[in-house]
Amino acid sequence: MPGARVAAVLAVGLLLVAAVAAAAEGPVVRVGCKSFTESYLLAELIAQVVEQTGEARVERKFGLGGTGIVYTALASGELDVYPEYTGTIARLILKDPALTTLPAIRSRVAERGLVVSQPLGFDNAYALAVARATATRLGLRALSDLRGHRELTAAFDPGFLDRDDGWPGLRQHYGLEFRDVRIMEHALAYRALASGRIDVITAFTTDGQLARQDVAVLADDRKFFPDYAAVLLARRSLVDRLPRTWAALERRLAGRLDNATMARLNAEVDLDGRGFAAVAASFLGSAGGLDSADGRGPLESGRERRSMLARELPALTLQHLVLVAVSLAVAMAVGLPLGILAARRRRLGQLELMGVGVLQTIPALALLSFMIPLFGIGRVPALVALCLYALLPIVRNTYAGLVSLDPQLVDMAAVIGLDGWKRLGWVELPLASVTILAGIKTSAVLTVGTATLAAFIGGGGYGTLIITGLALNDATTILTGAVPAALMALAVHGLFEVLDRLAVPRGLRIRARPAR
Amino acid sequence: MIVLRDVTKNFGHVGDSPALDGVSLTVPADTTHVLLGGSGSGKSTLLRLVLGLVEPDAGEIAVDGVTVGPATRAVIQRRIGYVVQEGALYPHLSAARNVGLPARARGWPAAAIDARVGELARIVDFRRPLLDRYPAELSGGQRQRVSLMRALVLDPPVLLLDEPLGALDPITRTELQGELVRMFRELHKTVLLVTHDVREAFVFGTSITLLEAGRVVQQGTFADLARRPATPLVTEFLKAQAPPPAMAEYF
Repeated sequence: MPGARVAAVLAVGLLLVAAVAAAAEGPVVRVGCKSFTESYLLAELIAQVVEQTGEARVERKFGLGGTGIVYTALASGELDVYPEYTGTIARLILKDPALTTLPAIRSRVAERGLVVSQPLGFDNAYALAVARATATRLGLRALSDLRGHRELTAAFDPGFLDRDDGWPGLRQHYGLEFRDVRIMEHALAYRALASGRIDVITAFTTDGQLARQDVAVLADDRKFFPDYAAVLLARRSLVDRLPRTWAALERRLAGRLDNATMARLNAEVDLDGRGFAAVAASFLGSAGGLDSADGRGPLESGRERRSMLARELPALTLQHLVLVAVSLAVAMAVGLPLGILAARRRRLGQLELMGVGVLQTIPALALLSFMIPLFGIGRVPALVALCLYALLPIVRNTYAGLVSLDPQLVDMAAVIGLDGWKRLGWVELPLASVTILAGIKTSAVLTVGTATLAAFIGGGGYGTLIITGLALNDATTILTGAVPAALMALAVHGLFEVLDRLAVPRGLRIRARPAR
Repeated sequence: MIVLRDVTKNFGHVGDSPALDGVSLTVPADTTHVLLGGSGSGKSTLLRLVLGLVEPDAGEIAVDGVTVGPATRAVIQRRIGYVVQEGALYPHLSAARNVGLPARARGWPAAAIDARVGELARIVDFRRPLLDRYPAELSGGQRQRVSLMRALVLDPPVLLLDEPLGALDPITRTELQGELVRMFRELHKTVLLVTHDVREAFVFGTSITLLEAGRVVQQGTFADLARRPATPLVTEFLKAQAPPPAMAEYF
């Protein structure tokens, strides 16, 4: 009885949907973070405390691309809480460097419906560091001791050179002068310092390397660097909705993480290759939490972290495919008509092509962050941004294919009585199909690459691994995301070669014989 | 019947002479008229004017009494079959689909189209199995037969042929010339044929118009042009394509 079987399948399906819906019900805490090790670690600590409190489940939206994106997500209600620094709140979010005390910052963020927790205990400020040997040789303890040592060379990270709370201000404040100042990525600078090629580098006071290497941090004896005390920045509604959870966060995290502890945790991830979850769990276990280390052994190694990432690969592959397929489908549905319109109305077409071209010039990250106020974070804004990016090759090739048709064939269509739609559908589109498909193919392959950026606004996909890898400065993790993305691009290319055979009319694939 | 009265067309490039300059021409019904001229003489432009694909700057064109203009373009085009040098066949459609396209555009039922295509294949002596081939799979002569079938499918009273045999080898060309002359007579078509080939003008032309740089040099029968040339240019044009006397001995 096929009817009964269909009914049974339907019933099971409904039950499944109901079960999923039930699981998705109930209070949820959406935890975010930026894409660097310490932020991931703190967010994982927050998530585990929330889970252990048991009042709500957690959605992890980690590795968002920078203060602008993660703060906008919090302000627009896409996130409930993320770890932040007082200096960043004052300077980048409230844009008022004069706000230095916690009460002042609190009263200002309260106007925006946000709350700030008690300080977690450490201060992730800029500092200058030298090799311990150099410090001993020259008797350097504080920044003012650097004055007059013009023979030294320095390597600063790119951000430090142009912030007013960076090198320009510091140089004036302490009257410093070095023989050579160059720009160097943070992780590389530590290596250059260890090898003796560089004397002075920028450091963050909780860098993992400070816990291990023979590095001396110079004291800010004349108080130049602003405070970057770590806090939790949360929505007021989280505190009101889930007071027990918020209290647990304050109790178990605030005041528990001093500079040395945070540097040690960072080092366990950055230098020992342990996973965020494991490091967070063992800290919560040892810091007098109620639960043990969640079954995860303290000896989790880099290899284990990588095998964990490998287990995520199928899910990330699916996410990536969905991002590419949906955005490409929408871009085709919009781009083909736009290309046709441009070919029909040449003047309007020029405007249109310019518009689509301008979209392409917006840096991908900027476009993604523009999407947040409109669509929040996650898959939807990522899809919208990817669609906009996929548009140009499709529109341009459709236009180019249609305007470059043999004029004799176009005239002939008019003469034999093909009007508007018939001419388009029977003659023009089939003739332009090779060019149009080439545009779609270009778009598809590009989108596979661009979709890796979706992770910056929580869109998922292979970019999740790439961002995590960048945060950890771990090439293997980056490659775990980048290699499958490259393979997917190749596969998409191959798929379109097959589609070419199916979609291009047979008559266009035969090489013309010379007229005889 | 095709009538042109003082037709002038200027494509507006500064310093250019007009593409057509005061051309008048009458092609009575059921006759074949040849437009003879070198490249750039304005022959093809004249056909495009008759089709309404371009509009004249001055003068008037009428087909079977209907003045050509934007409002009448569709009616005029319905009465005309058009063939160009390379055939202008649609490469993505089989020969049969190319031939049937004008009928399909007007909503003919498939069976009626098939029947008409079969009938035309017989008329132009086109082997039926070739109908399923794509243009790229046909020889130049076969392609021009397909193009001609397409021009004939709606049985229009008027045919405009723009160097229809120009791209073919001499043997195929000669063979098709004979067939076309017979066909035009049997089907009672009013034909305006463009060529630069004097021999072709001789074979087809009930009457001939010799065009040079957009102007009519002489109109008349081949005998008129050969015996009573209006200017030395006429003789020059005809002689240029005659076989050299030493060669003529061999025929």
